[in-house]
Amino acid sequence: MTLAVTHLNYIVVVALMMIGLFIVFSSGNFIKRMIGLAVFQVSTGLFYISLAKVAGGTAPIVVDVTNSDGQALAARLDPAYVALHGVDGVVYSNPLPHVLILTAIVVGVATLAVGLSIAVRVREAYGTVEADEVAQLDRSEKAGQPA
Amino acid sequence: MTDLTRDIDASLVIDLSLLAMLLVLAVAIARTRQLLAAILLMGVYSLVCAVWFMVMDAPDVAFTEAVVGAGVSTIILLGAILLTHGHAEKSSAIRLLAPALAAIAVGGMLVYAVLDLPAFGNPTSPANAHVSRTYLEVASNEIGTPNIVTAVLASYRGFDTLGEATVIFAAAVGVSLMLGFGDLSAGRRTPDSMGDHHVVLGVTAKLFVPVIILFALYVQFHGDLGPGGGFQAGVLLAVVVILHALVFGLRETMLAVRPGFVRGGAALGVLLYAGVGLVCIVNDGAFLDYDYLFPPEIEAQIPPGLLGDPDHPHHWGQHFGIFFIELGVLFTVAAAMISIFYGFAGRAPVPPGTEAGQ
Amino acid sequence: MAEPLNLIGGGLAIAGALLSLLGAIGVLRFPDVYTRIHAASITDTGGASLMLLGLGLISGLSFVTLKLAVIWAFIMLSSPAAAHTLANAAFTSGHAPWIGSFRIMRDASAGKQGPRRP
Repeated sequence: MTLAVTHLNYIVVVALMMIGLFIVFSSGNFIKRMIGLAVFQVSTGLFYISLAKVAGGTAPIVVDVTNSDGQALAARLDPAYVALHGVDGVVYSNPLPHVLILTAIVVGVATLAVGLSIAVRVREAYGTVEADEVAQLDRSEKAGQPA
Repeated sequence: MTDLTRDIDASLVIDLSLLAMLLVLAVAIARTRQLLAAILLMGVYSLVCAVWFMVMDAPDVAFTEAVVGAGVSTIILLGAILLTHGHAEKSSAIRLLAPALAAIAVGGMLVYAVLDLPAFGNPTSPANAHVSRTYLEVASNEIGTPNIVTAVLASYRGFDTLGEATVIFAAAVGVSLMLGFGDLSAGRRTPDSMGDHHVVLGVTAKLFVPVIILFALYVQFHGDLGPGGGFQAGVLLAVVVILHALVFGLRETMLAVRPGFVRGGAALGVLLYAGVGLVCIVNDGAFLDYDYLFPPEIEAQIPPGLLGDPDHPHHWGQHFGIFFIELGVLFTVAAAMISIFYGFAGRAPVPPGTEAGQ
Repeated sequence: MAEPLNLIGGGLAIAGALLSLLGAIGVLRFPDVYTRIHAASITDTGGASLMLLGLGLISGLSFVTLKLAVIWAFIMLSSPAAAHTLANAAFTSGHAPWIGSFRIMRDASAGKQGPRRP
C-alpha cells in the first residue's frame, strides 16, 4: 500500500503539532500562547489515537457476539482475520492509548486554567500580557529602582 | 491483506478530510490576532477532533474532548480575555522566522521518525498486540465491566487516575490561590444584562439544568457499560453550574452552589479515591487492589448471580471499587472546574493603565 | 431487512448534511449579522432534525431511536434559544438591521452605519 494509506495520518498529525508549537513560540501574547499549547496538546492526543486504531476494529466495549449487533460487526470482516486478531469473535481497537489520552485531555485543561490565571495576574501587575512589553517593564524597573 | 484495504478505504476518506479541516483550523488560529476569534476557532478545533476520535473508535475520548475542549476550555479562555486584552500585537516577520525554522526542524525529525512506525491500523503492531490484547482478553473475567476503557482506567491503571484527580485538584487550588476563592462579595450584578432581555434564555436554561444534571448522573453510572465515567460526568455538572451563572448572574449561582461547599467537594473527591485504596490495604491487599476491597467474610455472603459472577466473586469488589472511585473523580472534577470558573468570573477586571494591582 | 427504510433514512441524512452546508454558504454570503444568524440557526436546526430523522429510520424502533428523539428535543430547544441570544446581543451592542436596500433603521447619526464588511 502506498504511503498515503499507511502513514499519511501520522504525518498530518505531526504537521498539526508543529503548527501548535509554532503558535507557542511565535506569539508574544500569553493568552495566544496558551491557545497554541492547547492545540499542541490535542494534536498529541490525535497521534496516540492514530496508533490505537485497528483496521476493522470497533470501540473497545465488549460486544456479545451472539446477539444481532455483534453478528453485524463480525459479518463485515474476513472470518480468518477476525479469528486471528479478534477477541471472542470481534476485533477491537486498542483501549490503552484511549485511557492515556483521556487523562491527558483533562490534565490539559487543568494546566490551561493555571496558565491563564498566571496571565491574568501578569496583566494586573504589568498592565499588559505581551511578553515583550513585560520584559521591557521588568528591565526598566530594574534600571530605575535597584532593589 | 485484502480486508485491511477494504475497511480502511471508507473510514480513511472521512479521517483524512477531517484532518484537512483540522489543518485549516490550526492555520487560521495561528494567523488570527483577534483573541475572541482564536478562542472560538479553538472550540471548533476541539469539536472536530472529537468527531475524528469517534471515527477512530474512541467514544470515551471523543466524549471527553467534546465536553472539555469545546465546553469548559472555551469558557475559561473567554474568562481570561475578559480579564486581560482581547487583541494580540502584530509580530514582525523577522520575529516569526526563528519559530518557523524550529517548528520545521522538529517537524522534519518527527516525520523521519514517524515513517518507521507500523502501518496505520495494523493489528499486529507492538502497540496493539501485546499488553492491550491481554487487557481485552482478561478484562471480562477479572473486572466484569463491558467497557474496557473504564476497566483499564479505574482498575488496571487506577493509580494513574488517582494522580490525574490529584492534578486537577492541585490546578483548582492553584487557580483559587491566584484568582481568589470566589467569595460572595465578589459576585456583583452585571449592569443591565438582567431583566426582560433574557426571558427566553432564562426559561430555556431553567428547563435544561435538571435535564443536564440527570444526563451527567446517567453518564456517571453508565460508564461501566458504555462510554462515560467520572470525568465526563464531572465536567457536565460543572458546565451546568456555569450555564446557570452565565444566564442568571454569578451572585445567584454562588448562593445556590457555595464556593466553600465546592472547595470541600474537591478535597472530598480525592480523599474518597485514596480512601478506597487504603481500605484495600487494610484488607491485606495492595493499594487500589479492589479484589481486596471487601474482607472474605463479606464476599462469601454475596448471593451468587446477584451482581457478581458465581465464578468470579471478586467482581463484587471490582464493581464497588470502580463505583466509589468514579464517584471520587466526579466530585473532584466537578468541584475543580466550578472553582476555576468562580475564580475567573469572580475576579474584578482591573482597568487598563493601572499597575501593580496588589 | 428494511432496505427501503435504510435508503430513505440515508437520503434524509444526506439532505440534512446538505442543508447544513447551505447554511454555511449562507453565513458567508449574507450581508448583515441578522440575516447571517437567521441562515445559520434555521439551517443548523433543520439539518440536525433531518439527520436525526434519517438515523432514526435506519435504526428502526429501538432504544437508539428513543435516544435520538431526546437529542432532537434538546436541539429544538437549545438551538433557537442560542440564535435568539445571539440576535439579542447583536441588537444590544448596536447593530442596526438592514431594512430595504441601504436604508438604516435608526438615526444615521447614532450607532453603526451598516454591516461591517469582513
